[in-house]
Amino acid sequence: MIDYEPVIGMEVHAELLTESKMFCKCKVDFGGAPNSRVCPVCLGLPGSLPVANEKAVEYVVRAALALNCTISEESLFHRKNYFYPDMAKNYQISQYDFPIGSNGWIDITVDGDTRRIRIRRVHLEEDTGKLIHAGGNESLVDYNRSGLPLMEVVTEADIHSAEEAREYLVRLRAILTYLGVNDGKMEEGSLRCEPNISIRQKGTAKLGTKTELKNLNSFRAVFSGVQYETERQTNVLNEGGKVIQETRRWDDANNRTASMRVKELEQEYRYFPDPDLVALHFTTDYIERQRSILPELPDEKKTRLMEKWGLPAYDAEIITDSRAMADFFEETVEHCPDAKTVSNWIMGDLAKLLNAAGLDISDCKVKPVDFARMLTLIQEGTISGKIAKGVFDDMFETGKAPDAIVKSGGMTQISDEHEILGVIDRVLGENSEAVAKIAAGDMKPMGFLVGQIMRHTQGRANPEVVNRLLKKRVAEPAN
Amino acid sequence: MKLSKQDIEHVALLARLELSEDEKDSLTGRLNQIMEHFGKLQELDTSQVAPTSHSIPLQNVFRHDTAGRSMTPSDVVANAPESRDDQFVVPQVVET
Ligand SMILES: [Zn+2]
Repeated sequence: MIDYEPVIGMEVHAELLTESKMFCKCKVDFGGAPNSRVCPVCLGLPGSLPVANEKAVEYVVRAALALNCTISEESLFHRKNYFYPDMAKNYQISQYDFPIGSNGWIDITVDGDTRRIRIRRVHLEEDTGKLIHAGGNESLVDYNRSGLPLMEVVTEADIHSAEEAREYLVRLRAILTYLGVNDGKMEEGSLRCEPNISIRQKGTAKLGTKTELKNLNSFRAVFSGVQYETERQTNVLNEGGKVIQETRRWDDANNRTASMRVKELEQEYRYFPDPDLVALHFTTDYIERQRSILPELPDEKKTRLMEKWGLPAYDAEIITDSRAMADFFEETVEHCPDAKTVSNWIMGDLAKLLNAAGLDISDCKVKPVDFARMLTLIQEGTISGKIAKGVFDDMFETGKAPDAIVKSGGMTQISDEHEILGVIDRVLGENSEAVAKIAAGDMKPMGFLVGQIMRHTQGRANPEVVNRLLKKRVAEPAN
Repeated sequence: MKLSKQDIEHVALLARLELSEDEKDSLTGRLNQIMEHFGKLQELDTSQVAPTSHSIPLQNVFRHDTAGRSMTPSDVVANAPESRDDQFVVPQVVET
């Protein structure tokens, strides 16, 4: 059997976090009544004049710089002509041969190997409206989304596995959210990813026919979709068939891709410069000013966390995938400088709770200062590590401060030797059989006795003190 | 370059125009005439002229990113051939 490898290029669309649409004053927002954020410009009514949103242009310039692109001195808006009701004016304002940014890259690390994914272009366009199938043979159109500023980032076909595809998207999302130009919400469709996938015989250069994947609404879907499509194409070729150039839709519920439609004729968009919009011209001054206000980006932050707090590369990489996560980490270590413990809790318990609740860390009720306080309570021995998990669940649920939870729940760890001795003596009195075995030199029942003591104290007894005192007690029983 | 009847049919399809056979024949002739005029323009030596995307010497015309008022949904669909619940009704489309 022939060994195939996938050759993948990614197209990512990111809605920009502006106040208003790309070419008009309609508000940018989610939800709301259909067609409540529409005006003559985004409806394409005759006589309306689009004017470019300055902030959106800045955002794309910053993103392109963060992606190591060259900024074009001159950049143009073109009309992409097609008939489809998602645009009321029968064309989409986009960019063609003069995009804002080109020739950049992102470095990604998969299984310890760092690879450079080249970025072909970064351009600015307007988003399209939403079509809702209404049953029968009708669709309903809502133009609230039409005209939202949309950035497109296109890579070269440098990606060769589902892991790399996912990792590319993780790093791109991190960069865009650090910049504050996109909210990174794949589930809500404000960050959309469309990979082009073909396969080729390993070690050869000849490319196969490619398919485009849509409807990938999570990192997991990107991974599974690319993997499925690679296997599907491999099977088609191994069975002597031919891959058809088409767009396929990822079906998340059934874990498969399905053909959307075979294009009847190659799309001819007949791009031409939009006569309503004038050229963008970027001076060196402007470009350098934008570069100078770039925030610390994920790779820089990762390096800094490793150097300043001694975090392992793996921890630093995961924590810097999200700016909110990295901020949470840094605010926590300000109050509890045991960085590795902090990162363990963030990547472990906190990540688990966030996942289960489907929340982003920015929606988390736990404040870093409270989180640090809880870790300090463990370190000081006020609560045990086991009790802490329950306290943390409560903090996550209610946003309460750990001291209040510990106090009201009577969860304080018991380290008082006198009090613990009392419990030990009671347990020894109740379990004379175990005591006799131990006296005869069989130490096996020790674990059972520790368990009993913990049960009597609702898990609050300091295990270290319990172990020490119990050993002492069985060796020299009280009179 | 001379346009054939097939070219006219292709352009008509792209523009979603339904043409009768008579119209196709007459348009083939008329569009070829227009093409001849463009051919005349092509004879000009423009090797020393920078490509122009716009006839007005303007660049960087921007608006500030502030939100303003939109139309009411009922006004938005006022001219729609068909609407329902303030949305445009169109023939069913394959999802893209
Ligand atoms: Zn508008």
